[in-house]
Amino acid sequence: MSFNLAYDGECYSIEDGASVLDTLLDQGIEIPHSCKSGVCQSCMVEVVTGTPTEASQTGLKATFKALNYALSCCLVAKEDLGVSLPNAEDSEVPVSIIKMEVLNHNVLRLCLKTKKQLDTIPGQYLSLITSDSLARSYSVANIPEVDGYIELHIRIIPNGRLGAWLLNDARLWMEVKLRGPAGECFYVCEKDEENDFPMVLAGTSTGLAPLYGIVRDALAQGHKGSIDLFHGALQPEDLYLVDELYDLSQQHKNFSYIPCVMKGNDGDFYTCGDIQELVAKHVVNKKDARLYLCGAPDLVNAMKKTAFLSGIASKHIFNDAFLPSK
Amino acid sequence: MTLYEKLGGEAAVSAAVDIFYRKVLTDDRVNGFFDDIDMDGQIAKQKAFLTMVFGGPNNYTGKNMREAHAPLVEKGLSDLHVDVVIEHLGATLKELGVADEDIAEVASIANSVRDDVLNR
Ligand code: HEM
Ligand code: FES
Repeated sequence: MSFNLAYDGECYSIEDGASVLDTLLDQGIEIPHSCKSGVCQSCMVEVVTGTPTEASQTGLKATFKALNYALSCCLVAKEDLGVSLPNAEDSEVPVSIIKMEVLNHNVLRLCLKTKKQLDTIPGQYLSLITSDSLARSYSVANIPEVDGYIELHIRIIPNGRLGAWLLNDARLWMEVKLRGPAGECFYVCEKDEENDFPMVLAGTSTGLAPLYGIVRDALAQGHKGSIDLFHGALQPEDLYLVDELYDLSQQHKNFSYIPCVMKGNDGDFYTCGDIQELVAKHVVNKKDARLYLCGAPDLVNAMKKTAFLSGIASKHIFNDAFLPSK
Repeated sequence: MTLYEKLGGEAAVSAAVDIFYRKVLTDDRVNGFFDDIDMDGQIAKQKAFLTMVFGGPNNYTGKNMREAHAPLVEKGLSDLHVDVVIEHLGATLKELGVADEDIAEVASIANSVRDDVLNR
């Protein structure tokens, strides 16, 4: 017996019980792979038609499971299947700028309305493609499904090309494009777990954007555990959305907002200190926490390592792989 | 039952990987070899390592092992470092309650690829 296997616009025949990886490799299709035994995770695909078998998701992070990703070397056909390489089938969708708002001296909030529904999870990232074909990645900072638009936070870097486009060319109702989404930094609570685990989120600069989206998403889904958000800045004026986040913390008992400033004055509304040290101290007795990190790559890597060594499971640490650019 | 099944298969690898990798990262004798590599990527590689030494399914050949470790040998990887890794492996399994004779078997699998790892 055999089934249909759709890949990249073609349809192949796959034997009952044969692996998707072997079947595609036999057709001369190049799929990254290494161990062929469900360990290295290099052969990951997105299952777009059909259901991933349990074996094909063993060992995957919860976020990858939520995205319907599977290890193609362990994915055997029991029904017709369609797979693609992760994010290979992203298309560009036109969107219009419906709001541009200054959040602080170098961060702008850009709200975009899609004509066609774009399935993004708060915390994932999208590429923004401007009218002059610049493309940059930004994280989704809100719940598009609830709000009816997509919110991005854009840091204006002096002499950056995107900043120049925003300041000089961008206008309300102008059409731009979005590509994506991508990324595995978002809220997820698996079927077999309670939604009362602690969450710790830490970011600097516009690394706040995905974290804000994740916090709102977790709250909207009724997360019961504590949610602690650290936003780190060099100086107080680098913080933003302070009032919004403070209000949110007043509305939800389990949500705390901890702005931290490196070069600040004691006694002000924020905590003085280095976010890396503050977070390291905070997670010491939270071994079951989910940790979400976003911001400067060096800082993220350092925080990741410290948290891991203090006992947080590697599969519970989430951060985005993309590097912010100009 | 194979050794891999006896230890608990993929679940055992997942349970062991964080414990093992924490030991390696905090040991100054070997952590230099792991420094400049991304943690997520490294966890996947360590899972491959553990699956292999647990006697689990893998497609690694001696040649793969030579290639994977050749850059490390250039940085001075030696018998001492293999001993340290095997020591941490044993301590990890002990923490997980694995029987001594099974630990010995895991160590002997690790030892059997020593020459490939050290490119000898
Ligand atoms: C004792 C026997 C050992 C075995 C069976 C072994 C096995 C493996 C395996 C299966 C991989 C993954 C290869 C891949 O998929 O690319 C790997 C990678 C690696 N091993 Fe080992 N290993 C051993 C000893 C060591 C030692 C002693 C060190 C250093 C102290 C070490 C450091 C590394 C590093 C840094 C990588 C990652 C290399 C890369 O990213 O390309 N290994 N090892
Ligand atoms: S090839 Fe390694 S997990 Fe599939």
